[in-house]
Amino acid sequence: MTTEPILKARGLVKRYGKVTALDECDFDLMPGEILAVIGDNGAGKSSLIKAISGAILPDDGKIWLEGRDVIFRNPIEAREAGIETVYQTLAMSPALSIADNMFMGRELRKPGFIGKYFRKLDRPAMEKFAREKLNELGLMTIQNINQAVETLSGGQRQGVAVARAAAFGSKVVILDEPTAALGVKESRRVLELIRDVRKRGIPIILISHNMPHVFEIADRIHIHRLGRRLCVIRPQDYTMSDAVAFMTGAKLPEGVTEAA
Amino acid sequence: MSNDAKTVSEAYESGLTGASERVAEFHEKDSPLKRLQHWLHTTPSAVPMIVLLLALLFFGFATSNFFKAGTLSTILQQIAIVGILGCAQTLVVLTAGIDLSVGAIAVFSSVLMGQFTFRYGIPAPLSIILGLGLGTLMGAMNGFLIARIKLPPFIVTLGTWQILLAANFIYSANETIRSSDIEAQAPALRFWGNDIVFFADAAVKNSGVKVLYAVFLMIVLVAVMAYVLRHTAWGRHVYATGDDPQAAALAGVPTGRVLIQVYALAGLFCAIAGWVMIGRFGSVSPTASTGQLGNIQSITAVVIGGISLFGGRGSIIGMFFGALIVGVFEMGLRLIGTDPQWTFFLIGVLIILAVAVDQWIRKASA
Repeated sequence: MTTEPILKARGLVKRYGKVTALDECDFDLMPGEILAVIGDNGAGKSSLIKAISGAILPDDGKIWLEGRDVIFRNPIEAREAGIETVYQTLAMSPALSIADNMFMGRELRKPGFIGKYFRKLDRPAMEKFAREKLNELGLMTIQNINQAVETLSGGQRQGVAVARAAAFGSKVVILDEPTAALGVKESRRVLELIRDVRKRGIPIILISHNMPHVFEIADRIHIHRLGRRLCVIRPQDYTMSDAVAFMTGAKLPEGVTEAA
Repeated sequence: MSNDAKTVSEAYESGLTGASERVAEFHEKDSPLKRLQHWLHTTPSAVPMIVLLLALLFFGFATSNFFKAGTLSTILQQIAIVGILGCAQTLVVLTAGIDLSVGAIAVFSSVLMGQFTFRYGIPAPLSIILGLGLGTLMGAMNGFLIARIKLPPFIVTLGTWQILLAANFIYSANETIRSSDIEAQAPALRFWGNDIVFFADAAVKNSGVKVLYAVFLMIVLVAVMAYVLRHTAWGRHVYATGDDPQAAALAGVPTGRVLIQVYALAGLFCAIAGWVMIGRFGSVSPTASTGQLGNIQSITAVVIGGISLFGGRGSIIGMFFGALIVGVFEMGLRLIGTDPQWTFFLIGVLIILAVAVDQWIRKASA
């Protein structure tokens, strides 16, 4: 492949005390693709994603975004660089409204004097935008955009979080278990949304335990094991049971030798 | 066996054909109790407002001279300092913290303003600015210990309460600055003790209703903070930080900075309350009861005002109603002529009720 990865990481290391969560881990995301990251519990998927999204600072290793060397000290820096993440915990404030949550940390201010000197929020604009994005997603018919997030069901909350990332992610969107809390129909909508986001040319990193979803939607699958990348496979070339075997160490992919 | 994924997911979803296409919709809650719960959930200052109106009605009927402009202005005058300290406490409690040092910062700031003027001969307006600045600094120190050193707010402010109150006694050598000296040499210190007289009858001396500047200041501060908390990004960040700090941080709120700003601003409000104290009491006294009682009174106003001690819920208007409720009870029960202990008895009941209602409202999410 001649194209350069849009997001590349080499030799990432993260230790928590005696536990090594990331052990010289490499990572590549190609432009416009959906890359699934799978791995057994404790394999270090979350640490990898957190390192890329700025939620943790790796002890060692380098990350390049579009060929430029980047260091994200916090999620805000990653976000400013165009990497948007939907965390498994959703990172939403339950008591605040849907619109407030969508714009948390990047609120719109009223134009002119009122916004500049009184720093007044432009609520109507924020609500309109939030409503549009949720409608685009088609995940719900919201009657009241000012409803507190805690009054929504799990699936609806997930929808708001995905809509937020899709609306603002300009370079990379990371989804951590986006369908884990959803029903069958809602999962389908989220998968459609993921395809929509890819159609707009934005690559997606998808962390999921749901093998049918992963095999259906991913262009490539990054298999994570023991804190590092074991291999990257194409879903056409392997079966789901192969992937599970690689991920748990029951089987080794061709040409790969497991580090002791 | 090349690719069975598509067929598998299609297979298990084929059962969906013909199923309803409607996805997770919102339904109106029908039971009136549920609707009440939801309304209270979105309007957190409603409960204290209702209690306040009931209290006003009760005392209006129970005593003949309750609804007199003079009585009402006295109530406002008595809650002015608590109201301003309550602004500080509201900010802190919204971030799921607690500030036990509000009274100590207020007293120490007032002593600093007084001593700077009378000990070092600094012009009073400059002393006031220095006092406000130092109060802010004391608050910022709380914020630093909480946000950066990650100590629990209760412990930090329990410590700074003692430290600041002791520093206040040591620095002032327990010396009170008399009101006659302030009146003569530094009237700026007692600025908020001035008043405007309404409905005065020119023929009668001392007639009309006196309203202290301090009362207007309290109302303006509450209004400004209500605006800031509701209509600015910073205000939303305060709520988000108190609601779920991890989520707020991941969503891009600089929670550490917000916490330090909140405690520093609380310090500033306390110092303003200290300045108001000079006007209200006339003198500068390091032993002013606010140092001890200010904490409890401001926390009472905040809790009765329906602000959740778990953070992220409630409004500053509620705190204002809470302070008013306390003031109305004190005045009303005094006019009825009961033992003043009944005031504290009833306020204790109100605190427990307020927290119980808060718990019930929070269940609206479930």
